[in-house]
Amino acid sequence: MSQNDPDRPPAGTGSTSTALDKPSPPQAAPAPAEGSSLWTGVLIAIGAVTLIGILAFVLSLVGVWTPEFDWPSWLVRTTTTVQKFSLMIFAIILFVVVMSLILLSVDRGRRIRSWVVPLAFLAPTGIMLVFGLIYPGVRTMRESLFDRTSENFVGFDNYATIFTQDIFQIVLRNTFVWVLIVPIIATGIGLIYAVLVDRTRFEALAKGLIFLPMAISFVGAGIIWKFIYEFRPDQEGVNQIGLANQILVWLGREPYQFLITAPWNNLFLIAVMIWIQTGFAMTVLSAAIKAIPDDIVEAARLDGVSGIGMFRYVTVPSIRPALVVVVTTVAIGTLKIFDIVRTMTGGNFNTSVVANEFYTQSFRQFNIGLGAALATLLFVLVVPIVIYNVRQLRLSEDVR
Amino acid sequence: MAFRTTRRGAVAVTCGVGLSLVLAACGGGDDEGDDGDGAAAGDVDCAAYEQYGDLEGTQVTVYASIVAPEDAAHIESYAPFEECTGATVVYEGSAEFEAQIVVRVQSGNPPDIAYFPQPGLLQTVVRDTGAVLEAPEAVLENTQSYWGEEWEGYGTVDDVFYAAPLGANVKSFVWYSPTAFEEAGYEIPQTWDEMIELSDQIVADGGVPWCAGIGSGDATGWPLTDWMEDVMLREHGPDVYDQWLNHDIPFNDPQVASVLERVGSVMKNDDYVNGGLGDVTSIASTTFQDGGLPILQGQCWMHRQASFYQANWPEGTAVAEDGDVFAFYFPPISEDFGRPVLGGAEFPAAFTDRPEVQAFQAFLASPEWANAKAEVSPPGWVSANTELDASLLVSPIDQLAAEILADEETVFRFDASDLMPGEVGSGSFWTEMTSWIANDKPDNEVLDAIEASWP
Repeated sequence: MSQNDPDRPPAGTGSTSTALDKPSPPQAAPAPAEGSSLWTGVLIAIGAVTLIGILAFVLSLVGVWTPEFDWPSWLVRTTTTVQKFSLMIFAIILFVVVMSLILLSVDRGRRIRSWVVPLAFLAPTGIMLVFGLIYPGVRTMRESLFDRTSENFVGFDNYATIFTQDIFQIVLRNTFVWVLIVPIIATGIGLIYAVLVDRTRFEALAKGLIFLPMAISFVGAGIIWKFIYEFRPDQEGVNQIGLANQILVWLGREPYQFLITAPWNNLFLIAVMIWIQTGFAMTVLSAAIKAIPDDIVEAARLDGVSGIGMFRYVTVPSIRPALVVVVTTVAIGTLKIFDIVRTMTGGNFNTSVVANEFYTQSFRQFNIGLGAALATLLFVLVVPIVIYNVRQLRLSEDVR
Repeated sequence: MAFRTTRRGAVAVTCGVGLSLVLAACGGGDDEGDDGDGAAAGDVDCAAYEQYGDLEGTQVTVYASIVAPEDAAHIESYAPFEECTGATVVYEGSAEFEAQIVVRVQSGNPPDIAYFPQPGLLQTVVRDTGAVLEAPEAVLENTQSYWGEEWEGYGTVDDVFYAAPLGANVKSFVWYSPTAFEEAGYEIPQTWDEMIELSDQIVADGGVPWCAGIGSGDATGWPLTDWMEDVMLREHGPDVYDQWLNHDIPFNDPQVASVLERVGSVMKNDDYVNGGLGDVTSIASTTFQDGGLPILQGQCWMHRQASFYQANWPEGTAVAEDGDVFAFYFPPISEDFGRPVLGGAEFPAAFTDRPEVQAFQAFLASPEWANAKAEVSPPGWVSANTELDASLLVSPIDQLAAEILADEETVFRFDASDLMPGEVGSGSFWTEMTSWIANDKPDNEVLDAIEASWP
């Protein structure tokens, strides 16, 4: 675009074709800055658009924080078509003016300072992180120290509530059970399955079957399993509609209240999560198993190791980094589990977990403080696992 | 769900076709007989609407928890207002109303008028956001002229009057099958003791007298709070009832404990429940919509549920005093307290004060609206407006409910859980009653836990 600019200085015109023919990054085209001006221009344009976005965002924040701030009515209250069109034209003109200013300044400036390029790349991400993650995070932590209306400071009362009241104790217990069982069982089954089907004739099909549940959303899985667990009494004229209870009746047993009988109902919810996560564990571990160097396996075989011994002394140690990553990833997902509990029991019957209770408190009871405290607690619980996970990821990369 | 969507689709298509044939016939009203004196556009008597003035070209947005199919009658009931004043009413229903209304208010995008399904939520939004506007004088006047005096209090928060009631429902009903009762020779019980005798009789005859279901998504447990409230009103009377919901007596007070024990003598009695549905715990796993259906199969005899439960009977079920199902008044326990009635209502509160919004709010509190709504409503709607013409209601159970509401002798009390703070009324009261049934949590632990959660 900038090539057509009549104001462009002659020095640049000569190198335009070079820039078009060889669109290479600055370091590839050495000495003359003109060759890279197109690139830097684009970068600056990106930065500028981001800057406009930030400006608009800050302005809107001003509007939110100071409701008495008086915006011109033609800007915020457009009711007729004419007003809407003139607002649109105003926006277009604003855009054209800002863009042409930027493009002009690009061509005026001879040399781009070395820190501008990385900044232009980092700024969008950095700003989104600050406003999308860090700011809400800090705000949530602040709210967790306030009461339900976020107005009165209550110190650590919300946390005290979580750790002393009966219902929250059950919530914490359930979350602990989930995090203990899901990663271990899902990874265990995934590992054994991956080893068993490795290099068999039906490997692709067998892996596909176990991987399929991964494609179903948590809510979908919750609804499916709710039907499977559905209870109907074993009475004259009453038909079972749940698969699990129908099987029990066929076996001559009484129908069972899978979702209601505490504390075992937690295990039946956990089974759904395992059903979904096993496919993920199996896929990653299967790839890791295939990456074990053949010479190691061969050497072990020459030493007379086979079967269980091979699994115990060769396979598992070789894929240990992958195992740790799978366990920790599943554990993080499990800590945040919400959908399955929400759709299947709504947190009733002593099945609530931290994320579900956070939603209930924040959006059902409107107890913002308590909800924020639960969210913060969840964050604190996840952080160490994330750190461990990242370190293990680095380690496993170093090994290769 | 898919079934419902299909049906809705079919209705929409039918309506579309109808609309293209006879403009304005949409909505299922009978369009033969143009003598209809109500909602049908064009022949409305606008005299009662002159007070609202000319509102041509204005628009009022309404946000509510009432979704299809029940919203159709609501939208249709605004026709006379739109016809006579020229204003347009834009209705938006959402199943997520309770969570969304606060979000919309806080993000600066409130509707003009929101229908609060419970006074408790109105209180929360008034106190937490401060965005709800005091009701205009006309609304207060209508409430005072056309409603019993207790109603004004339910729309009042911290001595400021915000909203008049909209529709109403009567919860003190026990559903039964008149034909089955007649065959078996059972009489409708007139007192609690007679009801228990009847239950024992049914057990002796080899039946299961009661059925219930409390499943309702994240509101699971509410039907049992209604049981508690009905028994509280009958055993200890309206005064103790008021003390209870205002927390003037603690939730684990012996009087509350005796109520819970009495409810338990029915709901946790393995001989009495749960006809056609299983044992006591099946009350928790059954949705409230399915809770009374075994009556139709003769597997259950009685089901305590509100007047609006009639919408849940399958199509073709005759709801009448001599039909497949009907309801009797939940009988009194003590003679000292007359005939108490438990009920609920919605409350339309405003977030803006433009003239058309105030006019519409006043209209909703007027007899004109109550009768316009009655005319277009399918079974399952009633209002406590004293000027309501009960003969306009389609269903005999709605007529019975309207009679009970209009009766001067009736001691009406609003659903207590709707008036208690949200932490209790739509929190621990539900969840603890659910644990009481599902996990056999002992009475005293249930009451202590609810008491502990009172803010």
